[in-house]
Amino acid sequence: MEQSHHIRAAHRAEWIGTNLLRLVTLITAVPVIGVILYILARGIPAISLEFLTQMPRDGMRAGGIFPAIIGTIYLTLGTAVFSVPLGVAAGIYIAEYASDNWVTRLIRITIINLAGIPSVVYGLFGLGLFVVFLRFGTSILAASMTLSIMTLPVIISTTEEALRSVPNSFRVVSLSMGGTLWQTIWRITLPQALPGVITGVILGLERAAGETAPILFTGAAFFLPRLPQSPLDATMALPYHIFVISTSVPGMPVQIQYGTVLVLMVFVLGMNLAATLIRNRARARRQW
Amino acid sequence: MKAETVKNEGLITLLIRVSGYSSVFFVALILFFLIREGLPALGDVSLSSLFGTRWYPIEGYFGVLPLIIGSLIVTIGAMLIALPFGVGTAVFLSEVSPLWVKSVLKPVIEILAGLPSVVLGFLGIQLAAPFFRRFLELPTGLTAFTGAVLLGFISIPTIVSIAEDALNSVPSSFRQGSLALGATHWQTIWRVTVPAARSGILTAVMLGVGRAIGETMAVMMVTGNAPVLPHGLDALFLPVRTMTATIASEMGEVATGSPHYHVLFFIGIILFILSLAINIVASSIALQSRTRAERLLS
Repeated sequence: MEQSHHIRAAHRAEWIGTNLLRLVTLITAVPVIGVILYILARGIPAISLEFLTQMPRDGMRAGGIFPAIIGTIYLTLGTAVFSVPLGVAAGIYIAEYASDNWVTRLIRITIINLAGIPSVVYGLFGLGLFVVFLRFGTSILAASMTLSIMTLPVIISTTEEALRSVPNSFRVVSLSMGGTLWQTIWRITLPQALPGVITGVILGLERAAGETAPILFTGAAFFLPRLPQSPLDATMALPYHIFVISTSVPGMPVQIQYGTVLVLMVFVLGMNLAATLIRNRARARRQW
Repeated sequence: MKAETVKNEGLITLLIRVSGYSSVFFVALILFFLIREGLPALGDVSLSSLFGTRWYPIEGYFGVLPLIIGSLIVTIGAMLIALPFGVGTAVFLSEVSPLWVKSVLKPVIEILAGLPSVVLGFLGIQLAAPFFRRFLELPTGLTAFTGAVLLGFISIPTIVSIAEDALNSVPSSFRQGSLALGATHWQTIWRVTVPAARSGILTAVMLGVGRAIGETMAVMMVTGNAPVLPHGLDALFLPVRTMTATIASEMGEVATGSPHYHVLFFIGIILFILSLAINIVASSIALQSRTRAERLLS
């Protein structure tokens, strides 16, 4: 009698517990899906060819968001110029060259710390080093370099992980046939790891494209009547533009706000989707 | 040709080695420039007024205490939300959910991680703040509470992904042993799997805290920007101002080299040290548990 009572209690706990977990997961996931659908529904009516290709008019309350789109593209490409070679090379160093000693441990700790530094602190650093000390001014160059350092940890870690997943036999064969260490990396290991590396690069750049705080005082402009002409010009950018039109422009039409949010969301989540597709395709085709 | 190859190889190896050390260089550089611009604050403002209770830069009051407390309130609030929901979701995904549900939900969590914080801030202003204002009958929806809810959601993906990894790495023999002894599925989760993954879950929560403290845009947009020292528990439902939001909203308007400029960099140093401490503690927890696991298995 006593025994069956215990068993019943255990089953009741099981039922309550697992359903509680289901509920908690549901409460986490449903708002995300809801929010995406809501932005789509409110944003799509704003999207038109004019909205995507025209300059803003009437104090940004009408017209398009072309300069913000172009600015975000410039900043993303500028970030890639600095962070991709440096990040991939650093990933190669850690995966293929570094031995397990205190220097390597120090490098690992600093990568973890770079990843944890608040984005607004990167903004301060970019202001102190690039804008003031190196006299770049608030410019695409200063903002891109600030964003590059912020994206480095993502690119380094994913490159390292992609290289480590290449089986060691690939390296052994190449080296035993007389290939040097660099030839082995360049012709064998890196091509095998390439989809993983590209995925990491896109994920890093995705983060850079959506960030606001690091570019606030290093390169973002409230409004510019014309497109930036050189890397030393400031630029409008989608994330900062969203901040501006949702906090500092009185009488802003809601439709333009949702339209701009939708454009940034498509930009960022599109990159995310591309990264996922590359990863999945490479996994399916991989023979090792 | 042979000599050429060797020479190139040497150059390339050097370049790669330098890139490898770059992260050390950049962390040092960040610290150097924060100190260079932030330490003069101690000369401009006395230490007692720097840690005073009044932040009113126009009249020369640079007390950072209200900002630190503001960050604390919002972060603690965020964790009260993110802890149960993040860990709960991780346990569900790793231990309960069927495979197809998991393959739908994981991308959803990744989308949440990928949404820019300014987008979440916008949604906070548009949807969350008006809702909480009406629902809780407050004079304004732009409060610490709205910020905490938003930050909770922002920290959830970090907690879910790391906690789920930790749960997945618990050997399945632990679960099989527990089930074979007659424990129910729930008892196995609660008394065996979760305790075995506890250090990984702790790491996840630490990194979630780091994510919450450092978050800037979303918090700045929804917390109402009032740098006042809170009294009592109702502070949660009043406007606050965090350290990050203060830097972001004021740095654009200060003159380079002014006391206000230096104090904002000084707040940057506080944030840098906080994130450093959180990450070092989090990674040492992870390291400790790994060496313990290696001892157990050998």
